[in-house]
Amino acid sequence: MKKLSLAKLNDLFAAIAQREALYLPVDNGTGKAEYTKWQEGTVYSTALNTGRSAKDFFFPQTENLMEFKMEGKRIDVIDTREECEDFVIFGVRACDAASFDILDRVYLTDPVDTYYKNRRQHGTVVTMACGRPAETCFCGTFGIDAADPKGDVTCWTVEDGYVLRANTEKGEALLAAVDGLLTDTDDKAVQAAQEKTRAILAKLPLAALSTEGVGQGLTKELFDRPEWASLSEACLGCGTCTFVCPTCQCYDIRDFDTGHGIQRFRCWDSCMYSDFTKMAHGNPRVSQLERFRQRFMHKLVYFPDNNDGLFGCVGCGRCLARCPISMNIVKVMKTLAKGGNK
Amino acid sequence: MEETLIPYAGIVTKITGQTPDVKTFRVEAPEGGKLFEHEPGQCAMLSVPGISEAMISITSSPTNKAFMEFSVKKCGCLTDWLHSMEEGQMITVRGPYGRPFPVHDELKGKNLIFVAGGIGLAPLRSVINFVRDNRADYGHVDIVYGSRSKDDLVNYDEIVGEWMHTPDFNVHLTIDREQEGWDGHVGFVPNYVKELDFKPENTCVLICGPPIMIKFTLPGLIELGFDKTQIFTTMELRMKCGIGKCGRCNIGNKYVCKDGPVFRFDQLDELPDEY
Repeated sequence: MKKLSLAKLNDLFAAIAQREALYLPVDNGTGKAEYTKWQEGTVYSTALNTGRSAKDFFFPQTENLMEFKMEGKRIDVIDTREECEDFVIFGVRACDAASFDILDRVYLTDPVDTYYKNRRQHGTVVTMACGRPAETCFCGTFGIDAADPKGDVTCWTVEDGYVLRANTEKGEALLAAVDGLLTDTDDKAVQAAQEKTRAILAKLPLAALSTEGVGQGLTKELFDRPEWASLSEACLGCGTCTFVCPTCQCYDIRDFDTGHGIQRFRCWDSCMYSDFTKMAHGNPRVSQLERFRQRFMHKLVYFPDNNDGLFGCVGCGRCLARCPISMNIVKVMKTLAKGGNK
Repeated sequence: MEETLIPYAGIVTKITGQTPDVKTFRVEAPEGGKLFEHEPGQCAMLSVPGISEAMISITSSPTNKAFMEFSVKKCGCLTDWLHSMEEGQMITVRGPYGRPFPVHDELKGKNLIFVAGGIGLAPLRSVINFVRDNRADYGHVDIVYGSRSKDDLVNYDEIVGEWMHTPDFNVHLTIDREQEGWDGHVGFVPNYVKELDFKPENTCVLICGPPIMIKFTLPGLIELGFDKTQIFTTMELRMKCGIGKCGRCNIGNKYVCKDGPVFRFDQLDELPDEY
């Protein structure tokens, strides 16, 4: 393990930024932090988790896929893919780091999504162990340890600085490049920090939330549960939950006429929208109940079915904070568990 | 690295009007030949850039080595455009997508009954012509095909000119209502299937058509003694990617684009009723 003294944090950022683009949570003046590109003077926010999740770095809200030149009856397909430049994301929380595993399952499974893979290969993730989890946090429910997050490098805030541990080759390369700023250390300070974090985690309002009653193989038991009606009744179908969600991965593909050709792009889509599944001959999910059920069945049953039990939620709590009608996955889980959860 | 979302450009070399609202498009690579190989029942994403992209079944048999064909009903944005198109126009194609009908294993050596309604013949035609070209590998073939009227029967010329003359092929056509110049069967497909009194022994059924036709044909087949494990269909849901990633064509934990579109009815029974 390596140690960085408190005073040298800015030097670390400067050293990384000299090599490659560096993004980190920065207070945006509205009480929220958002990932921002570092430049001299940028202040790293250790406050609450970022408003937008970190999935944007690998699966951006919109991206161009290819172009077409159309001339008379002729079409030329132009592959516009380019090798992505290296970048570092610093300060990713355990929940968002775990969301990358979920996105990897989707996008790196054959046939590989090369747009995603390109960014994933060039991005180095430095996670920050949670010192201040929020009241809406429940990553522990899905077996995620906020005190020991994954990522290429894991970082802990300790009393007099930061302790860094490389977990992958990419992480080792990053630490090697800034080695002049680091000193060797043992894991004592880390253990103390972890104990502190775990003590907070145990006191969180959702600390006791379990996955009892949901998961792999439960489609038949859960699909026709009458509670879907009351759970979904007030849903506006606004899609906010899907857009702030670090694991929501549905997308739309559309074309845009630039005047010089056709740009084919993809953008995030939402299963909460009425036209998501609409076809010329009809729509398999006509009601908001069906769309609402799809979203939660996907995260709590279908995704685990197809991924060895892994849930499609990381407990980041963003949807709890953002839903305009205060509906969320926690309420769904508690209701489906029929009072099993308190 | 290859990216499946990036399509090939192909030339539409021939357009054949089939019915008032169905046309068949022959697609070839610019250098001639097929853009890619496929198995019977697989689909491809067709697109006119700037208009839209949609999943369409490949109606030609893989044994056709010269070109691919798509039969398309005019019913939406892209299909309207395709119908207004002229020969020689390019479109884009990517694929093949999905799991085909199991012609190399479960269907091999079996008697086959094809049940189709309207444009539902398109995906089955790929299998039918594959079976014609590999006649020794399959048993007796029955084709029950119905449409609203004689004019709405897709591939009528091929059915009458070729399928009806194939050894051990029995073609049973039906239309919904009496029509001048039609002396064949009149009535809906589900009833016709029951009237034909098929025997389930060593036989598989491949069915595709409007959901209502499938819904009423299935109980008839069960009554005749067929088991759900003998009956196959192919599904259609909205798709964008074709590879199980964009998230919209799932029925329960299965994605129609990659786990389907071909399903056996006992497999469909395992999925929630949301299609």
